[in-house]
Amino acid sequence: MTVTVLLIDDSKLARIVAGKAIAALQPDWQRIEAANAAEALSIIGTQHVDLAIVDFNMPDKDGLELASELREMHPRMPIAVITANVQDEIIARVRALNATFVAKPVTKEGISGFISGAALRLKKADV
Amino acid sequence: MNAHSIELDELELDALTELVNIGVSRAAASLRKMVNRQVTLSVPSVEIITRKSAAALIGQRESELLIAVQQQFEGPFSGRALLIFPESNGLSLVRAIVGEDMGEADLIDMKDEALAETGNVILNGCLGSMANMLQHTLNMSLPDVRRGDSDLLFEVPGSAREDSFVLFLYINFSVHERDIRGYIAMIMDLPSLEKLKLLISNFIDRVMTEID
Repeated sequence: MTVTVLLIDDSKLARIVAGKAIAALQPDWQRIEAANAAEALSIIGTQHVDLAIVDFNMPDKDGLELASELREMHPRMPIAVITANVQDEIIARVRALNATFVAKPVTKEGISGFISGAALRLKKADV
Repeated sequence: MNAHSIELDELELDALTELVNIGVSRAAASLRKMVNRQVTLSVPSVEIITRKSAAALIGQRESELLIAVQQQFEGPFSGRALLIFPESNGLSLVRAIVGEDMGEADLIDMKDEALAETGNVILNGCLGSMANMLQHTLNMSLPDVRRGDSDLLFEVPGSAREDSFVLFLYINFSVHERDIRGYIAMIMDLPSLEKLKLLISNFIDRVMTEID
């Protein structure tokens, strides 16, 4: 089954950068993009998404709020929160959501731990 | 915003906003270490507006006297970076950094020096990471502390007219559990914008291709 990853960032450039990193690691995964939380929630409401990668600093609803809503809807979904804002509180809140913190700008190396961990979890869930 | 004055296309503006976002987020993490409290940031705003409108953007939100730590930066593009907050917050910020042990008199004595150093850490953190991502070096002047209203802080010595357009980037921040809030702003004249536009477009090309 094709794995679908939802990438949420208000910056188109940031989506391109993260999308390329994911494509380099998992070329077969299907990538869907959303520019804000509302768009992400409407996508999640209409189609199956296996994992989500969420930017922290976004207008309206920030990435942690969105991640916490996604976590409520999907207790086992692998979720990453990406930010250059490496304050302890933010990282702690990411961890409290059972999500993974990934430093911005996203690189292939920086996100590979999350991607391989997620791939493994999804494979196990499939069996 | 006057649509005819925009010289960055959508993706370039997006990339610049993202560069500022990463720069300021890293700077906030440094400030968090200094004050030992969480620092909250807004989403950055990047606009090409007149100097006068830039001053008004801050001025309309702040009625009291402002204090600013400013640094000039020079390199492929040049301008001025400012850390701005209400004057009454200055002492609270220094207090948050040095802790409760220092006496009030000593604190007041070192206030400007401490603010200049704080500004230096934050502004260098922000501009430094932007310069790194653009793969160029910016030289930063020593920080200097100014007081005044927003018109005074954004004025340029010399001949610049207040209706001349500038690239104005700003973000507001606040420190948790302390009554401290302020702005990080950058002002660049339009000739610098042309050079910045080129660096941004190189940056976009790089990030588009480097993973392939």
